[in-house]
Amino acid sequence: MHHLNGTLPLSIHGLRKVYGNVVAIEALDLEVYSGECFGLLGPNGAGKTTTIEICEGLTLPDSGAVEVLGLDWKHHAADIRERIGIQLQETQFPEKLTVEEILRLFRSFYRRGLPVARIIETVQLTEKKDSRVGGLSGGQRQRLAMACALVGDPELLFLDEPTTGLDPQARRHLWELMADLKKAGRTIILTTHYMEEAERLCDRVAVMDRGRIIALGTPRELIAGIGAEHIVEFAVDGFADNLHWDALKNLEGIRCTRLENGRFQASASELHKSVPEIFEVLASRGIKLTELRTHSATLEDVFVSLTGRNLRDE
Amino acid sequence: MSEQVLGPRTRNIEPEGNPVWDYSLIQLTFARFRLFFREPEAVFWIFIFPILLTLGLGIALRNRPPEVTKIGIVGGDLASVLRRDKNLAVTVMDQDSGEAALRTGRIQLLAIPSSRGVIYRYDDTNPDGRTARLLTDRALQHSAGRADPFKTTNDLVREPGSRYIDFVVPGLLGMNLMGSSIWGLGLAIVDFRQKKLLRRLVASPMRRWEYLASFVLSRLAILPFEVIVFLGFAVAVFRVPLRGNLWQLGILCVAASLCFNALGLLAACRVRTIEAVSGLMNLIILPMWVLSGIFFSADRFPDAVQPLIRALPLTAVVDALRANMLQGSGFASLHRELAVTIAWFVVPFFLALRLFRWR
Repeated sequence: MHHLNGTLPLSIHGLRKVYGNVVAIEALDLEVYSGECFGLLGPNGAGKTTTIEICEGLTLPDSGAVEVLGLDWKHHAADIRERIGIQLQETQFPEKLTVEEILRLFRSFYRRGLPVARIIETVQLTEKKDSRVGGLSGGQRQRLAMACALVGDPELLFLDEPTTGLDPQARRHLWELMADLKKAGRTIILTTHYMEEAERLCDRVAVMDRGRIIALGTPRELIAGIGAEHIVEFAVDGFADNLHWDALKNLEGIRCTRLENGRFQASASELHKSVPEIFEVLASRGIKLTELRTHSATLEDVFVSLTGRNLRDE
Repeated sequence: MSEQVLGPRTRNIEPEGNPVWDYSLIQLTFARFRLFFREPEAVFWIFIFPILLTLGLGIALRNRPPEVTKIGIVGGDLASVLRRDKNLAVTVMDQDSGEAALRTGRIQLLAIPSSRGVIYRYDDTNPDGRTARLLTDRALQHSAGRADPFKTTNDLVREPGSRYIDFVVPGLLGMNLMGSSIWGLGLAIVDFRQKKLLRRLVASPMRRWEYLASFVLSRLAILPFEVIVFLGFAVAVFRVPLRGNLWQLGILCVAASLCFNALGLLAACRVRTIEAVSGLMNLIILPMWVLSGIFFSADRFPDAVQPLIRALPLTAVVDALRANMLQGSGFASLHRELAVTIAWFVVPFFLALRLFRWR
């Protein structure tokens, strides 16, 4: 189903970008297929935004090659801009313009595109079309930003953390919209640090950490890669001795990761066996369990098991 | 919702609606208009403030009937002599209250009769003080029998065109053009940059020159109203003359506006915050407010700095506006002023384009 017309919507090779003496991204390779929703996942500062802004032609890489819709930025910038839709992090639209005025303005930049009224309907802002931006909620502003990305009828959409800072309802609202866009055959590239978002929407995800891609695949593949379907999270009091840690680490059928502040995360395939074993190790050493939770493995757990850190630690 | 959603991308959707309104340069200019007229402060500074300022200056400095000079005299003997002069308002006071009145400016001169004649106490650096001295002395000498050996007559000139209000209105017009252009452009551009909106616009296929052109277009479209409202007020209320060619006056205003737009663009071309650009714009504006002869003639500054002052854009603009309005001069006699104005448009404009930060 991929490579429908031979050109990839996006392909990146050997991308590198350094700010001062901080390496933002390093040796990045990536291919995005036509019609898929691709997620760039990672904590703040992982290099997601730098990557996506290079793809959008807003930042120049230090080295490496980027092709968008088979075109390169150096020679075909105007063409690419006509055919992609962009939502940036933290764009504030002028408070005193209305939804319709802003969309009319953005529509005028594109040689071809969709009628403004239809876009407003798509993002469900019809009732708000004459409201000024100043009177919109956070979710409505994000949908306006999305509408500006859609107004040129793009083949490829770049969405940089479209749901960050939204309440759960507004977030679900945007998810529906993105799911519909995907159904309509648009290629979407999405950055997020919400694993749930990536799991729900993305066909494939690349997990980024410190400027590199540390895992790439479908959410299902990545979760399977942990080697277990269940996650046990627990916290203890007074765990200082590394000997105890060895005992936990060597339990059979468990891969245990030690987090900060006496917190642990273990992946297990058989909960009914593994949980009693953990209890036993702790009880025999007089360690008090203060918290215990189990859940099915998620992309969040993939990140923890790959890096030993929580996604939102930073 | 999926029924309404965009559907597969098709290649044949026509541009919608009215092609003229939906042209991007026009949409950008509309956006500027809307943002301007929806900002009550901006409208106040551009349309209302100059009128209030003119009104204030006009009232404070209006041509009153020739002013009577207030003097004090110690002891009542000579008071009746002095009161015969209609230019003098004479108050009899004792020495202490007279000194106090002199210090606080309630009288311009205190006359103290003494055994050696009359002593005049006054401030000789104050023109009003010198006038009081001349009038008082003349009245006393005449009453003592002095006659004028040389015959003179007065021919009074009190017509529009030579009053302070006539001098200051072209100055205020120039100041207003400078302020609205520099602030209008500088703040708007940096505001967009600070909100990351400039970045968002550049990520779209918007043509960059159109974005900048929309500022100039919207400024030029507001300009006629700005100028007509202000000059209309000055002409209607104060009878300020418009002796020059009105078309040339219009062209002068456009040239001034373009020149100050370029300076506003230059101030805003790299700065990231409103605070920084405000400081920068004040740095450009304030020296010219003082030096360029808005409220008093720039000739009063020392000769050594005159070349510098003449090279400032506001000096050139104000001089040209004054020459047009008050003396009726045409472009033929304004070569220097026009050249300075155009130079201040061309150089900052291209400099700003080169340095402009689109992010």
